[in-house]
Amino acid sequence: MSSRRRSIWPALVLPIALIAASCGDDDAADDGGDATAGPASSSAAGTAAATPSAPAATTAATSPATTVSTDASATTDGSGTTGGTDSAGTSGTTEGGSLTLYSGRNEELIAPLLEDFEAATGIDVEVRYGNSAEMGAALLEEGDGTPADVFYSQEVGAVGVLAEAGLMAPLPDEVVGLVDERFQPAESNLWVGVTGRSRVIVYNPELVTEAPTGVLELTDPMYEGQVAIVPSNAGFQAFVTAFRVSQGEDAARQWLVDMQENGVITDIESNDDVLAAVDAGDVPIGLINHYYWARLVSERGPDGVTAQLVFPEGDDPGALVNATAAGLTARGAENPDALAFIEYLLSEEGQTYFATETSEYPLIEGVPDPEGVPPLEDLQGPQLDLTDLESLEETQALLTDLGLI
Amino acid sequence: MSLIAAAVVAAVAVVIPMVYVVVRALERGWGPFEATLWRARTLQMVVRSVGLAATVTAATLVIGIGAAWLVARTDLPGRRFWRIALGLPLAMPSYVAAWGWIGWRPSLAGPLGAWLVLTTISYPYVYFPVLGALRRSDPALEEAARSLGRAPVRVFLGVTLPAVRIAAVGGGLLVGLYVLSDFGAVSIMRFEVLTQSIYRSYRASFDRTPAAVLGCVLVVLSLVVVMAVTRVHHRARFDRAGTGSSRPAPPITLGRGSLPATLALAGLMVVVFAVPLRSLVLWLDRGRSQTDWSQWWSATTSTLTIAAVAAVATVLVALPIAILSARHAGALSTSVTGLAYAGHALPGIVIALSLVFFGVRFAMPIYQRLPMLIFAYVVLFLSLALGAMHQAIAHAPPILDDVARSLGRTQWQAWWSVTLRLSAPGIGVAAALVCLTVMKELPATLLLRPIGTDTLATRLWSHTSASSYAAAAPYAATILIVAAIPTALLSGVGARDPSADEE
Repeated sequence: MSSRRRSIWPALVLPIALIAASCGDDDAADDGGDATAGPASSSAAGTAAATPSAPAATTAATSPATTVSTDASATTDGSGTTGGTDSAGTSGTTEGGSLTLYSGRNEELIAPLLEDFEAATGIDVEVRYGNSAEMGAALLEEGDGTPADVFYSQEVGAVGVLAEAGLMAPLPDEVVGLVDERFQPAESNLWVGVTGRSRVIVYNPELVTEAPTGVLELTDPMYEGQVAIVPSNAGFQAFVTAFRVSQGEDAARQWLVDMQENGVITDIESNDDVLAAVDAGDVPIGLINHYYWARLVSERGPDGVTAQLVFPEGDDPGALVNATAAGLTARGAENPDALAFIEYLLSEEGQTYFATETSEYPLIEGVPDPEGVPPLEDLQGPQLDLTDLESLEETQALLTDLGLI
Repeated sequence: MSLIAAAVVAAVAVVIPMVYVVVRALERGWGPFEATLWRARTLQMVVRSVGLAATVTAATLVIGIGAAWLVARTDLPGRRFWRIALGLPLAMPSYVAAWGWIGWRPSLAGPLGAWLVLTTISYPYVYFPVLGALRRSDPALEEAARSLGRAPVRVFLGVTLPAVRIAAVGGGLLVGLYVLSDFGAVSIMRFEVLTQSIYRSYRASFDRTPAAVLGCVLVVLSLVVVMAVTRVHHRARFDRAGTGSSRPAPPITLGRGSLPATLALAGLMVVVFAVPLRSLVLWLDRGRSQTDWSQWWSATTSTLTIAAVAAVATVLVALPIAILSARHAGALSTSVTGLAYAGHALPGIVIALSLVFFGVRFAMPIYQRLPMLIFAYVVLFLSLALGAMHQAIAHAPPILDDVARSLGRTQWQAWWSVTLRLSAPGIGVAAALVCLTVMKELPATLLLRPIGTDTLATRLWSHTSASSYAAAAPYAATILIVAAIPTALLSGVGARDPSADEE
């Protein structure tokens, strides 16, 4: 018996030992990986900026942006316009500090910004990337045990749900007060808007002779079977929520019913796919966010994209300007570096980065809007408070009731 | 006794996701549970999921058995090439295949597209075990049947098929459960099934209850299937005292049939590979984003390391259960095996959240560290390893153990020198299967990987979700290539036996 007992334990001890060993290796590999990734990517950016004459058309989409962001950081360093926020942010922080960020935003979009932050403050950012909603679900499971200090979500919704669950800590008034009032929570300061994103109508000019000017027109028989929506998408649901809040439950339901009767296309899974379908001419019209289009333009160049945008005017709910949002976890409230990071997102450097690199709208005063899209002040959209968009469950119920999700 | 203790450890691993879905499903009482369960849509999704799983499984059985028979029993030209090539589709991630197809023929969206993608990438789950079984089984039986005047078709149905039945059923089970759990292909093909409803529930409403309820539905569905299949497994005994045929059987002459057979296999390869590869080339051609090659290298090495460690760990955890279920089948081994299979039907996101739930509460020191990620892979892919190993151990005759012990070896020594050695090819198959599947895994990797660690799959996700298709293409291609390595090894397993060497 004893020999048998001895016999099987090696089989159990071995994987543990292996795992422990490889864990050590992997940590080392991570450090190495990060160290090599940093210089490599910055040198790539350097090359792009340094050789604007080489295939000009191909670098056009990326290199001016790179240059602008470099310029911007240079000016802010020189003029000290962001001195107020910076000094507030760095006052309580320690060189060599660190914070853990859960990012629902894509690495490609924000990694360069994080590098700038690390370089500017000496604070190390440990970042976990994922899908905002899945990360929100993970944060809910983690509860107070979360390793995260900051959650930066693609939509107000995910942070709002965590705030409601009592997992977010309040931000100082002066931080939340930096952004346009439209992008602040109505009360309690549990999150702050970071960048603005407009809902838009995308259409294919080769298929649509008369472009619609607002979503209310899309129920016209003229557009029968032509419009694609993504009912499961958080951006679309925020739009429906805005519709409900600004025009009333009945009007929102009626619009959806009319769209269904008008043969709305609902089986495309994502905004990207809708844009691709419209661009390829498979679908004439779609409802998406403005930056998907802007990113496709920077991936393919202006001539490589057929699809065009309409920014609905007036209080059309289709013109909703939503925000990406960040907040501190209970753990992050204890870490001054975490607050410094949120302040950096709202600094002139941070906001300029978003305007130039991700084509999103900056939310603080004095930072120019992205190119190729109408200025933020001109986007009116429905009259509402972004906190009103937290009534997502009612939207869900409505969409479920209509068989859309 | 210690075998049982080890099996219990593995059992805990497979129980975690089950406990989690039940806890979350009933969190707000029976009201919301029943509300989700009895929605008309839930029933519709169940019907769709089961329908898709059944049709894909049926198609993979036909393709898998047919291909394995051609390679193992006939004089098909280029059998060595086909033996490896036919297994390679397993290296193709479902989302890459689906992107390729929908990019080429958008009209494929829907059940047909989902069926096509899932069938073409998962038939090797049947092909490999059947190929193994054909090599192990004695062709002399078939020869005898033929010499006694049976028509080839009747030999195939009456002698060959029963010999591979158990392997085919095991493979078919894996296919069915894989289809139930797959999210990539069905979401890109816009065919909403249960897994997609689960993802939507998280993504759209942050509501964990409906997702967990649907998770329970998936578990129950798969347990029903697993129990039905286990009954088949337990009815038969497969061991024999010899190691198999000692003499190569003369291959069946295809004659004029060899051209259509070759064309059919070539057509299959074109269908599986040409369309997705075309889309990768288009991505490269159309896009301007660039791959950061140092990131690519670090993702490649960590993918290889993680996959290798996960394969070893999974095999070691599966070993005691495989032995128990092959040798001392009882309530414990049956339920552990059943739950492991049921876990295979749960989408990755549910397993990942269950491990977040348990990790934060009970395993904080390893939470979001490599051991936790490896454990997640063990939970996710234990059933893959169990399937291959159970079969291998069931074919190793226990009587040889007894002989060894009567010659003075301890039970452990006997087991080590006889059973383990005889089952080594099957254990290798298990490790290779887990290894290549880990390389393609995304949802659990995203949530549980150590901060700063990227795999090829997470980089591919990251670039495609930022619309940087040109930067994403090399990652998709690399997944295909590195996953093809263990896949090719799978095809080689068992080549030691004389019949294969004679080719």
